[in-house]
Amino acid sequence: MSNEKAYINEQVICYHCGDICKDKTIGKEEKFFCCQGCKIVFEILEENKLCKYYDFEKTPGISPAVRSESKYSYLEDEQTARQILDFSDAKINTVTFYIPQIHCSSCIWLLENINRLNKGIVSSQVNFLQKKLSLKFLNDKTSLKEIAELLDSIGYEPLINLDSVEKKKKSNYNKKLYYKIGVAGFAAGNIMLFSFPEYFGLDRSLDSVFGNFFGYLNLLISIPVLLYSASVYYLPAIKALRKRAINIDFPISLGIFALFFRSAYEILAQTGAGYSDSLTMLVFLLLVGKIFQNKTYDALNFERTYKSYFPLSVSIIKSGIETTIPLSKLKKGDRIIVRNGELIPADSILFKGDGNIDYGFVTGESIPVNKILGEIVYAGGKQYGEAIELEVLKDVSQSYLTQLWNNDTFTKKEDQTVSWFSNMVGKYFTIAVLLIANVSTIIWLNINPGIALSVFTSVLIVACPCAIALAIPFTLGNALRNYGKGNFYLKNINTIERLAKTDTIVFDKTGTITQSGNSSVNFIGEPLDELEKSIVKSISRHSTHPLSRRVYLEYQDCEHFEISNLKEYSGKGISGNILISKVALGSYAFAIGKPEPEKHPGEEKSSKVYFSINDRLRGVFSINNSYRKGLEEVIKSLGNDYKLHLLSGDNENERPHLSKIFNNNSILHFKQSPEDKLNYILRLQADGKRVLMIGDGLNDAGAIKQSDVGISVSEDISGFSPSCDGILDAENFSKLPEMISYAKTSMKIIYMSFVFSVLYNIIGLYFAVNGLLSPLFAAVLMPVSSVSVVLFCVIASDFMARKKLGEIRFYNVL
Amino acid sequence: MEIIIILIIISLLVAISFLVAFLWAVKSGQFEDRYTPSVRVLFDEEKKIGNNNKKL
Repeated sequence: MSNEKAYINEQVICYHCGDICKDKTIGKEEKFFCCQGCKIVFEILEENKLCKYYDFEKTPGISPAVRSESKYSYLEDEQTARQILDFSDAKINTVTFYIPQIHCSSCIWLLENINRLNKGIVSSQVNFLQKKLSLKFLNDKTSLKEIAELLDSIGYEPLINLDSVEKKKKSNYNKKLYYKIGVAGFAAGNIMLFSFPEYFGLDRSLDSVFGNFFGYLNLLISIPVLLYSASVYYLPAIKALRKRAINIDFPISLGIFALFFRSAYEILAQTGAGYSDSLTMLVFLLLVGKIFQNKTYDALNFERTYKSYFPLSVSIIKSGIETTIPLSKLKKGDRIIVRNGELIPADSILFKGDGNIDYGFVTGESIPVNKILGEIVYAGGKQYGEAIELEVLKDVSQSYLTQLWNNDTFTKKEDQTVSWFSNMVGKYFTIAVLLIANVSTIIWLNINPGIALSVFTSVLIVACPCAIALAIPFTLGNALRNYGKGNFYLKNINTIERLAKTDTIVFDKTGTITQSGNSSVNFIGEPLDELEKSIVKSISRHSTHPLSRRVYLEYQDCEHFEISNLKEYSGKGISGNILISKVALGSYAFAIGKPEPEKHPGEEKSSKVYFSINDRLRGVFSINNSYRKGLEEVIKSLGNDYKLHLLSGDNENERPHLSKIFNNNSILHFKQSPEDKLNYILRLQADGKRVLMIGDGLNDAGAIKQSDVGISVSEDISGFSPSCDGILDAENFSKLPEMISYAKTSMKIIYMSFVFSVLYNIIGLYFAVNGLLSPLFAAVLMPVSSVSVVLFCVIASDFMARKKLGEIRFYNVL
Repeated sequence: MEIIIILIIISLLVAISFLVAFLWAVKSGQFEDRYTPSVRVLFDEEKKIGNNNKKL
């Protein structure tokens, strides 16, 4: 890349991270940087001849966060280090870091060449999709802390939290499925080859040596398929039987056993060639369906609890000395230090310092809240600014936010992984098949007892609901991928089925239907001079009202004056005396002292803060409610088919505006605590409603978990989200109605393919009950029916996705 | 004609060796990360690589 300065609309962008350079003085050798942090990273890389980093992608860098000296000092603690390390001996340690910032090929190159920056690192390997970095390093040359600090200093901040320590084991279920597919595919391919003589009319009476040889070989090869590959169907079937239920795995298992024992009998008794080819092909196709439906988003985590966000350790002060202890040892009454950007781990009292706490994690509202000495600060907030000292009031797990996870909702074992539809099919299918099999056997016993048993097994074989067992994983697995292209990531395919069945939608307000941290403040009136700006800052600083807080943020860099006679009237405004003037900030009536004139229609869209000096109106701050783009259309279109509810943790300020967006049937609730939200969902469910909850922050976590489908709206999909069934990129929020209707369409496709497969079954059954099912016929009918149903599902599902979700930008990072 | 039986057994052994190779590949984790190796192979120590604009 030769052009050292890159321009976008004549603006200089940072050579390192690609942000716009507001300050154009930070430069080096004709390269410009947006901040000192980026420049420092560039210098580190340049010094170590790692500038190739900038060759693979344009502006690949990440602006490093400001870091306090002791951020990683807890890694010096041996016990903590042992929890993080994957493997450790006297010389070499192995560690895996989760680094959400990994985003391009430059990242892979730099992180895999990290040993040029630290000679103690022996090897490093990136797993891009999981955003993980595995490192091996020499004990005597470097330490965990040094490596973490090095990564942080070049912008790749490793995320180390309670969760990453507790959940290290990853299940190898998927690996087993691959083994099983391998065995089944091997058997299916070979048996098909060995069955060719049979297909082409090998005369058993002439070539009995070959006929028997191929027969025994096929039987031998199909044994591992029966015992190993197909075992994924037996266990669920038995489990369901124990609960006195029949699911779709039962008729499948029945069909597999009928196929095998019928084949074994025919081969050993030398009466026929058996159905080993159909058996192995069927198992192979079914397992392919299982792999297809198991599409997972490695980089996303749907199982987060508060533990995913809480630090591993905290700094405490004990008799004047600062030490680091693991979070689990934190007790009531401990004195802790929370630095810039650190999370408050437990409900505490502010003891020292100026609290400026961002509860974005909890509520989705990212405007920091000012806290003064003696106030209670709740767990989950992030401190910005100077370090503060807190005295812990409650244990970590008993805090206002975290106690939500003690609720039954979170301890309940999830049993929503089985498809409702396939179980309905399985149940009635099995009953019908057993009925037909028995009736036709009884009839044949009277006509020709010799072939009665063969008719019985033929019916079981041909009625195996393999087409429907394939239709579900392929349609929904395909839908899952199409959703992913539209940046809507679902946990598993059963979510789609449940989504299609919901009839009630509950929204959270802040952060879900509003955009966090993106409201704009306009001043209407004569522009303010510096003195007036300082006055606005000084008075709004003391307000607790969110609108005034927003005004404060706009002017927080201005000078500060002392205020006397400060009075705040909740819901009205704040007033006080600055210098010699009386200043008021608040509603029209409050600021001017006169009743408000009639509003023009269409004016309500933004919230207004009136500013007066000596009771004379100086101007109006208009704060645009930054509701998400397309919200009105989304609500309007969903309101036709669904009952809508809104649960907000905020006060009622927004009710008039929101009740205009939502229709009259919708129910709006304000001042809801996290537990209120959870209980609200429980009440809806008790009324027989199937609830879709759309939320974002940890305060919605209970409601999202309890609801039938919980979706989290997130501006940064790999960043923060509570435990949920799906993560929707906030950018595509306006597509929500189409997304939900696509789920319904997918289910319709499955119902249609079910009709097809029943037709196939009827044809097969006709031959089976008449005692005409030949191995060749079975070997053709079964794959043809399965493959045609799968093709129909995939094509229909893609077509509908293009029709419904078509306008979505189809880009995908996962 | 008995030679066919021997040939078929040999062919089956070859097929089994492929199956074993596949199982080994799964076991050694080759299917766990199906993206990064495709990028890694493009990194070259000696030659300067042109601008790789492949969108991820």
